[in-house]
Amino acid sequence: MQRLKIPGVDGPDDLAARLDSCGYLADDGLATAAYLAVRMGRPLFLEGEAGVGKTALAQALAQVLDAPLIRLQCYEGLDAAQALYDWDFPRQLLHLRAAEAAGVHDVEAIERDLYDRRFLVARPLLQALETSPSVLLVDEIDRADDEFEAFLLEVLSDFTISVPELGTVRATTPPLVVLTSNRTREVHDALKRRCLYHWLEHPGFDREVAIIRRRLPEASEKLAADVARAAQALRGQGLLKPPGVAESLDWAEALLALGADELDPDRAARTLGAVLKYREDQERVRAAGLQVLVP
Amino acid sequence: MSSPTAGPTAPRAPLAPLAPTAPTALLARLVGFARALRAAGVDAGPDRVQAMVAALAELDLAREHDVYWAGRLTLCAGPDDLPRYDRVFAGWFGGERPDPLRRVPVVRIPREVAVPGGDDARADPGDPSTAATASPQEVLRHRDVSALNAAERAELNRLLALLAAPAPLRSSRRLRPDARGPLDPRRTVREMLERGGEPARLRRHRRSQRSRRMVLLLDVSGSMAPYADTLLRFAHACVRQRPRTEVFTVGTRLTRITRELAARDADAALAAVSATVPDWSGGTRLGGELKAFLDRYGQRGTARGAVVVLASDGWERGDPALLAEQMARLHRLAHRVVWVNPHKAREGYRPLTAGMAAALPHVDDFVSGHSLAALERLTALVSQGGVRRA
Repeated sequence: MQRLKIPGVDGPDDLAARLDSCGYLADDGLATAAYLAVRMGRPLFLEGEAGVGKTALAQALAQVLDAPLIRLQCYEGLDAAQALYDWDFPRQLLHLRAAEAAGVHDVEAIERDLYDRRFLVARPLLQALETSPSVLLVDEIDRADDEFEAFLLEVLSDFTISVPELGTVRATTPPLVVLTSNRTREVHDALKRRCLYHWLEHPGFDREVAIIRRRLPEASEKLAADVARAAQALRGQGLLKPPGVAESLDWAEALLALGADELDPDRAARTLGAVLKYREDQERVRAAGLQVLVP
Repeated sequence: MSSPTAGPTAPRAPLAPLAPTAPTALLARLVGFARALRAAGVDAGPDRVQAMVAALAELDLAREHDVYWAGRLTLCAGPDDLPRYDRVFAGWFGGERPDPLRRVPVVRIPREVAVPGGDDARADPGDPSTAATASPQEVLRHRDVSALNAAERAELNRLLALLAAPAPLRSSRRLRPDARGPLDPRRTVREMLERGGEPARLRRHRRSQRSRRMVLLLDVSGSMAPYADTLLRFAHACVRQRPRTEVFTVGTRLTRITRELAARDADAALAAVSATVPDWSGGTRLGGELKAFLDRYGQRGTARGAVVVLASDGWERGDPALLAEQMARLHRLAHRVVWVNPHKAREGYRPLTAGMAAALPHVDDFVSGHSLAALERLTALVSQGGVRRA
């Protein structure tokens, strides 16, 4: 098996610069994590609050690697037929009927045809092995049941999938795997041990301003700074759902749509739903007065 | 919330660079570092150390920053590990001495084992409850656990470990083959294919049942101290028997102890717990603790649809309004909220403490849990957790 390579990237700093040019601002820790994931061929296990940019990192990495992003969204009840591959039974049946109607009598040939690759529906994990290079995003692994984890572990350890009727599918270059978790339950140690573990924090003020400016070039420096400052203040208030970067971006976008070039109490009140998604949180912030959020 | 720090703490005197050292000396230093980490409670096994060495090979050894990240990415496995890692890293590579982390275990671990039904289980002949005709075991089942002597306690612990109850069930998203239920197109068509395309028997499937998550929040403050040992053993039995159980202690600091309780032997598990929990027999800030639980675990999913059992006497030192607010939040998330208050069994008990009064409107069941029989009733109650409020 070959390792993934990114031409012209010789260290975490280079990778950070490349991610930067794709619109993703990574700090040192995250850049080092992503660099090691590429170089060591290990999956990257990302945890952190919702909306800190876990999924966005996978998208940016796909852009840097110039590879397709294949996403597997996990949910309870996810099984092999939905994650790996499935035979297209109705089409096989049609094929069988057609062969009969055409008067084909070579039983062996029909049987061989029936389990041909074209009747195999590739689901995300098989797709990722067949496409190289590729970035595989296994999103919210904590939502899948623990049986699925064991099965994912098997695929991630040697990057092969065996289909009994067809043979073994092996990745020529293993995909870059990014797993995310929201910690609704503890993911099994055996899976974590295969991975590089990184905990994503909310960005600091300067980085958040830079992220807003990068994602929304139309936003003025003042608006970006106001929104970032307010978001940072909201995070310190012990809300039910403190806003993530995704929320501050939504908020800035909403303010932009109203033609704002700075944050004022009136517009903040009207757009509060973009940043706070709980009634209790909104009431609490309103009761404390929106003036405190505005410099 | 214990926030994991973002990077190496403020600039320090430059550490002795790792680069010029001989490879074996370097390796010895890293292995020593991993040992220090393990002593601090981070599960940094040999395979993780190997991963760190592999990571360092890709990075610049002379940069403290790179060494820090190579270790953090490979040796840590959760946000709780990060502050420990930072502390040990500062100690090992920065010359600072880490604070001692280990605490002296305070949980009682009985040495002798009582003979079941033996004479020594009937300890206090003056006790009116033992004078009746009931067997010693039967009497023990109904005695308040805070009033037991060592031998009775050992017998109680043995019975506690046997306490079994089926987990509450809920409907799963996963479909299972079944004789009745909606049509299963995939299996039906596959069966037709096996018969050369001839129509076959219709296959059906239906949703399977899954055990519901159970969450135990145990108050380990001073006023609950007489019951802490028993409740922890009860939690141990739950964790051993139901795979989807999560246990936390509350007091002045929220601590997750599910992992410690997973040990097979109850005494070993309790010793591990007492080494982990930092706030034995302290005060209670239940509202704040509950908020910490809901922020860090509950709202993300741990409490969603779960049966939550809260064991506390409701002696709240913090603001009862906060407790009421957080209990309402918990009640909205959980399938069922059960409050266990050992003092409830006392004669003339009325839930008058401010905390208890604030919490009760948001509780589905209010039980005592002060004796083995009461704990048995609790497990029975929790097992049929799927019946009400489905």
